Amino acid sequence: MKTELIPLAPKHKKIKRNNKFQGSFLFLLPSWLLLFIFFVGPIALTFYFAFTNLALTGSEAQSIKFVGFQNFVTMFEDPNFKISLINTIIFLIFSAVVGQQVLGFILALLMKEKNKSFRRIIGIIVIAGWVTPEIVVAFCWVAFLSDNGTLNTILNALGLESITWLYSFPMVSVIIANIWHGTAFSMLVFQASLDDVPKSIEEAAKIDGATRIQTLLKIVLPMVKGSIVTNMILVTLQTLGVFTLIFAMTGGGPGTSTQTLPIFMYNQAFVNYQLGYGTAISLILLVIGIIASLIYMRSMKANV
Amino acid sequence: MGRTRVWSVSLVAACFLLGACSNQSSTKKEEDENTITITYRSGGGANAGLTDWLNQEVIPEFEKQNKGANIELSPLNVSEGDYFAKIALMLKSKNTAPDIVTEDTFMVNSDASAGYLEPLDDKIKNWDDWSNFTENVKQGVMAQDGKIYGVPYNTDSRGIWYNKELFKEAGIEVPWQPKSWEDILTAAQAIKTKFGKDVTPLWMNSGKATGEATSMQTFEMLLYGTEDPLYDQESKKWIVKSEGLLNTFQFIDDVYEKGLGANLSQVLNGQGSTVAYQQLLPKGKLAMGIDGIWQTGNWREDGPAPWKEAFDVLGFAPMPTENGQGTGNVTMSGGWAFSIPKNGDDKDLAWKFIQFASSKEKNLSLLLKDRSLTPRDDVAKDPTYQEIPMFKEATEFLQNAQFRPAVDKYPNVSTIIQTLVEDVATNKLTPEQAADQYKANVTKLVGEDLVIER
Repeated sequence: MKTELIPLAPKHKKIKRNNKFQGSFLFLLPSWLLLFIFFVGPIALTFYFAFTNLALTGSEAQSIKFVGFQNFVTMFEDPNFKISLINTIIFLIFSAVVGQQVLGFILALLMKEKNKSFRRIIGIIVIAGWVTPEIVVAFCWVAFLSDNGTLNTILNALGLESITWLYSFPMVSVIIANIWHGTAFSMLVFQASLDDVPKSIEEAAKIDGATRIQTLLKIVLPMVKGSIVTNMILVTLQTLGVFTLIFAMTGGGPGTSTQTLPIFMYNQAFVNYQLGYGTAISLILLVIGIIASLIYMRSMKANV
Repeated sequence: MGRTRVWSVSLVAACFLLGACSNQSSTKKEEDENTITITYRSGGGANAGLTDWLNQEVIPEFEKQNKGANIELSPLNVSEGDYFAKIALMLKSKNTAPDIVTEDTFMVNSDASAGYLEPLDDKIKNWDDWSNFTENVKQGVMAQDGKIYGVPYNTDSRGIWYNKELFKEAGIEVPWQPKSWEDILTAAQAIKTKFGKDVTPLWMNSGKATGEATSMQTFEMLLYGTEDPLYDQESKKWIVKSEGLLNTFQFIDDVYEKGLGANLSQVLNGQGSTVAYQQLLPKGKLAMGIDGIWQTGNWREDGPAPWKEAFDVLGFAPMPTENGQGTGNVTMSGGWAFSIPKNGDDKDLAWKFIQFASSKEKNLSLLLKDRSLTPRDDVAKDPTYQEIPMFKEATEFLQNAQFRPAVDKYPNVSTIIQTLVEDVATNKLTPEQAADQYKANVTKLVGEDLVIER
């Protein structure tokens, strides 16, 4: 009896595992399907359309043709693409990498080990900017910076002349708005990681005679390196895709001065009716995102 | 047990999903019976007249006459630039296509080539009223394949609106009759000298956001006053380099360089035109504006910005050619039409509605509200129509009317124009650079074998 039972046990287990596998496959199937239909499918289509002359109207709308790398050739020859690329990089560096990150870090640092209600009040104020939908942020800033906006009203009350902020300093305006909107995210990330730095290490450094700045640069920063990289990647990807904010504030203008790649893509696809070309631009945007993430990970030598 | 449960759960879920789909589509079908939807642009002050006319007059009467018919409006409250992209997307699919769509005549050819619109030739053949439509307006709704794709409900002409009171104060003789572009600049300069910052001398739509208005009311009004149009009808090629192009960009540059244009932050805005004709002009803060006759719709009694004195205060001068050459003045003419989308589901009822709305009587009452010119000869002769203020002038301008090239790529060329006009206005490009870019961009768009230089 005993000898017969022993080999049976693993066999039984195997059946059960198989059963479990089938069950989980079945339960995962809907989400897999959804992913395929709504995620993988569109990406594959994007790749395909980027190599066609797909148009929104006109005779091309009826007859899609494969045009090879024509869209990419046009893009790299287009002076507007270069302008948009430079604008995107400026917007990315100043609003995300420098603005949101540095400001978020400083805020998190200043709030560290302060009393609880102070932290809470400041936290709520900063996060208010983050939870506000992008389009509302854009309207707030347009109301603040427009010709008859709050800022000009204040300036006039002080006896100064109005400045057409959105037209004289369009890039600065959208960068400030995006910093205002996104800083809270970086602040939250850094708050969490700064809280993880053990107090004892900082105290040890202090006893060894390190100044506060030395402690920050040599001890705290290296310890939160991982979250800096993570945050940098997240913020970069978020900012690369910013469309609503800029579109609602300046529409990419005046001229092309705030035309970033997403705006350029929109203009080509929906204003100039060249869907294929627009899709090709979106592919480039994707590539830029990937490259930027790789550079961050390499340069910080962190495994994220 | 486990397996049965999994299966039963997924079966129930699947039933729900499928059930939801089929249920929805079947109820939609029932509602759709005898219901037609009309899509038009409700944004902008000038379209308020069309909305009122549909809601207060045409739809109630049509529904009364045709028992069971149900007309639904699905207006798009968007800027002019966005409207065409939105309807193109809507027309692509059976699920979203309306039964009637209003098309600016310059898009008719393009949307017809894309296969979005239904040719109306068979229907028009049995429609006597069609013979009352003005011949050259009919050209506007004919695509390259020679078929008719829409029934025009208005047409228009453009000129220069000017404030006589401001002109008198600045020492300019009224009625003002500019003979050349130089005269426009001189008048604008006089206004600027007299009023300084309080009054905008000259409003020209100059932004991408104002879309076709920038191409037509500004760029083409100037360009067609030179020797060189956009498109050479004989060789069927685009003129990508000409003195006219350069001079047109130069004029736009002059206006903004000398501070004679509107504040850029206002004029580049999609709502710019509304600001100009509903606020600045009635308040005496704008001296001149190159725009269409339909702007008078803003000032009618039940319009968006009622202004009783408008026609005492304002003059409507014909746009001079560059140096007064040729006929001396020029106007661009366009207009809008009702079209039936290929993907619409009740084309017969839609056609019935279009016929009803295009009758002499209905068209006249539309134009009393919409304040555009009529596409019908018989309405043009009607005394009520002729008494509408400024219509006599506007109709006279039509003698020298020019039309946009009715070819496939015009809408794309138009967006190139809008971008370049904005770049020149904002001083991003010099007129020479803009002319070079025009050549490069249009050549790239239409192909090298379809362009010529002059």
